[in-house]
Amino acid sequence: MSDPIPAVAFYLMAAIAVAPALGLILTRNIIYAAIFLVASFTGVAGVFVLLNADFLAAVQLLVYAGAIAVLIIFAIMMTQDTQTGSRPNQQRWPALIISGAILVVFLVVLFQTAWPVSALAPLETTTEALGRLLLNEYVLPFEVVSVLLVAAMIGAIVISRED
Amino acid sequence: MTIGLGHYLALGAVLFSIGLYGVLVKRNAIVILMCIELMFNAVNVTLVAFSRYVTPTLLTGQVFSIFIITVAAAEAAVGLAIIISIYRHRETLDAQQFNLLKW
Repeated sequence: MSDPIPAVAFYLMAAIAVAPALGLILTRNIIYAAIFLVASFTGVAGVFVLLNADFLAAVQLLVYAGAIAVLIIFAIMMTQDTQTGSRPNQQRWPALIISGAILVVFLVVLFQTAWPVSALAPLETTTEALGRLLLNEYVLPFEVVSVLLVAAMIGAIVISRED
Repeated sequence: MTIGLGHYLALGAVLFSIGLYGVLVKRNAIVILMCIELMFNAVNVTLVAFSRYVTPTLLTGQVFSIFIITVAAAEAAVGLAIIISIYRHRETLDAQQFNLLKW
């Protein structure tokens, strides 16, 4: 394997990704929840950097932390629903049991499986390789996703129009 | 201990289950959408981890993650437009009040 990353880097980025996620589901204030979401996105971008996915880390920051989180904050501002806040419903304990059980199953399976880990070194910069892949092998999903984005834009404008 | 594939998959699993709990428990429709985005992030981390450790030169997982990010952005836009439109008519964002389709 190529030079291993220090463990402290992974645990730091993992903490930046997981701790705001816990804050997101525990807080009662929607604005705090949105800020926690941005922090979690940033942590995941850090994890992408550790995984040698440099272009994806930049895309994560640009699209998720930069666009989607801002869109969510705009929606929170436009729907000034002070009554609801971010409260839990009556299904806290069943949901906790179910999500805990799913987490336990995931952890048991992934630590028991012998994954075919390769010893090759990953690519240093992924941007050129991703560009080639997107325009050669994955050109069909690429074009379809473009149409999807146009449709989503038109749909969002039409749905949220005042009539 | 060297950080291996299992660590990243465990991180993805933890993020996914936190998002799952939030989707099941929260009442505010926008917070439910936020937790769905958290689940998307967990899936992206898992895909990129597999791409990096199993086929490091192939980048398939990263291409899929790009498409997932794109589709998630489109879905967030349309979902928030729907939520805003519902709020205009019903004056509430409580998911328990959206019960017109219940039996």
